[in-house]
Amino acid sequence: MAIPHPVTDEDFPGPNFAALSELVYRSSHKDVQEILQQERLTISDLAALLSPAAGAFLPDLAARAAEITNRRFGRAIQIYAPLYLSSYCGNRCQYCGFSAENNIARRVLTLDEAEAEAAILAERGFSHILLVAGEAPARLGVDYLVELAERLRHRFASLSIEVQPLSEEDYRRLYQAGIVAVAVYQETYDPVVYPQVHLAGPKTDIVNRLAIPARVAAAGMREVGIGALLGLSDWRLEGLALGMHLAWLRRRFWRTGVSVSFPRLRPAAGGFAPLAEVGERELAQLLFALRIFDHDVGLVLSTREEARFRDGMIGLGPTRYSAGSCTAPGGYGDPGLAGEQFEIGDQRTVGEVCAAIRAKGHDPVLKDWDVTFQDLVGGAQISV
Amino acid sequence: MLTIAGHIFKSRLLVGTGKFASAEVMCRALEASGSEMVTVALRRVDLDDPTDDIMRVLDRSRYVFLPNTSGARDADEAVRLARMARASGGGDWLKLEVTPDPRTLLPDPVETLRATAILAAEGFKVLPYMNADPILALKLQDVGAAAVMPLGAPIGTNQGLLTRFQVEIIIEQARVPVIVDAGLGLPSHAAEAMEIGADAVLVNTAIAGAGDPVRMARAFAQAVEAGRTAFEAGAGRRQSRADASSPASGLGFLR
Repeated sequence: MAIPHPVTDEDFPGPNFAALSELVYRSSHKDVQEILQQERLTISDLAALLSPAAGAFLPDLAARAAEITNRRFGRAIQIYAPLYLSSYCGNRCQYCGFSAENNIARRVLTLDEAEAEAAILAERGFSHILLVAGEAPARLGVDYLVELAERLRHRFASLSIEVQPLSEEDYRRLYQAGIVAVAVYQETYDPVVYPQVHLAGPKTDIVNRLAIPARVAAAGMREVGIGALLGLSDWRLEGLALGMHLAWLRRRFWRTGVSVSFPRLRPAAGGFAPLAEVGERELAQLLFALRIFDHDVGLVLSTREEARFRDGMIGLGPTRYSAGSCTAPGGYGDPGLAGEQFEIGDQRTVGEVCAAIRAKGHDPVLKDWDVTFQDLVGGAQISV
Repeated sequence: MLTIAGHIFKSRLLVGTGKFASAEVMCRALEASGSEMVTVALRRVDLDDPTDDIMRVLDRSRYVFLPNTSGARDADEAVRLARMARASGGGDWLKLEVTPDPRTLLPDPVETLRATAILAAEGFKVLPYMNADPILALKLQDVGAAAVMPLGAPIGTNQGLLTRFQVEIIIEQARVPVIVDAGLGLPSHAAEAMEIGADAVLVNTAIAGAGDPVRMARAFAQAVEAGRTAFEAGAGRRQSRADASSPASGLGFLR
């Protein structure tokens, strides 16, 4: 069955999971070893690397992923921190601690409070910040984000956001204000599971959700982050769907960088149990396969994963590590605060994570961008 | 001796400072390379405090720093970055990299030419990274580039001098030094570039990514020297047709 590779202006089509399943699970496909020799992989090749058969070749996949990562990125691992601005959310997503029906302490930081939290992160040495909020426009909208960006942009190498979907015009405005990247995860590309876990709110619209990364890229953002939450559906098919979305974005928006995240479901308020277990070997296989498929894509391993696993994966594909993370708004200034989005797996400080990266012969990079790249509204320090 | 913008360099190997496992390994590799000019990505430098990090570990009296604009998508960004760097005390040298496609990191010819014109007019010593396009090389020289830096193969691919044919044309026509930059994966690639007449080469990935970057740096230094010596000794040009081993000159016997 042919997987379409659209090159038109249409939105990214929701992958046909039955077709993906056939690609991944059919017995006759190119030899894994042959694929590992190739410089360019097709979607079918990615499917083969995600297949059960490829699981037997994990060391070979790891070696190839390591070689590619070393060539493209050297030994650098970029360090960032999430900054949770708000835990209010208008969606009911069964897997998330912020789901509207959960009885947790909700909070939205004032601009001053957000700035104070950011100052703590700057003090700790972070230069790349991901601003995160539940999806509640009435509580936290574009004006807030624009003003926050203007306050923070000269103190950090880069500011990214992971908030409610916005319009292309809003994204342009935010780029002018100093936001450089936007993360918006599909959570699951499975059209059957998606409505089962998204029960209410704007996020129930699967088609609109799929179209947002393209909107981010069209607005001129430097980078778009896509992702799937592993444990909702078959991880192999999610991985293939991510690969397809990534390839589609590359073709359609060649100037835009892309990063991919694949957080595994963690214990959260609401007590949602994963529909499908995803072990460490599976997560590793997914990560290796994506790295081999796309040499340049950013691969994120957040503090959802445990220290031992994150340390083991250094050099094998991931390029971005968060550290010392807190997922409750205001939690950096007040560490005992309740109301987190999920339980942290790797509880180490940024100093400890950097030391662990160095111990593995890699270079933790705290600054890998500059506000000077962007022609900011409100004046850069030097005009062109 | 290699002369760029009036400055004389003994070494014809330039080295990039990215991708190393640590500052310590980087320093030792640079030392082993014998290089006198190293590139530094401005995106990695704290422009408010350029004495921080990488600029601190490298001996400024020993190396000429060549800041690069890696990450810039268009001329405006590159120019902005260059001016900011100079204002922070970064000097006049500039390796111009305008690479709008993050996947291939291939240089944008239009934006590179535009940025070169602007910056050269402002007194920068511009060394533009470019695809191996002979017409573009001529135009860059016309607008004041201090050297041209054609790629051997895309950054990080380690494929060698895939663009040999075009680079030979560039060398033949050049009025400024030609520095082959990007894609050189082995010392033999660097030697090849020098043998065909390149004035210098720039290497990063092949050294930083090697199992032993210090020894690899040394190997590249030796290869660059070997290639240059061979060129100066009159390395034979590739023949396109068979040719008798005795020269056809010496017709003085004719009456």
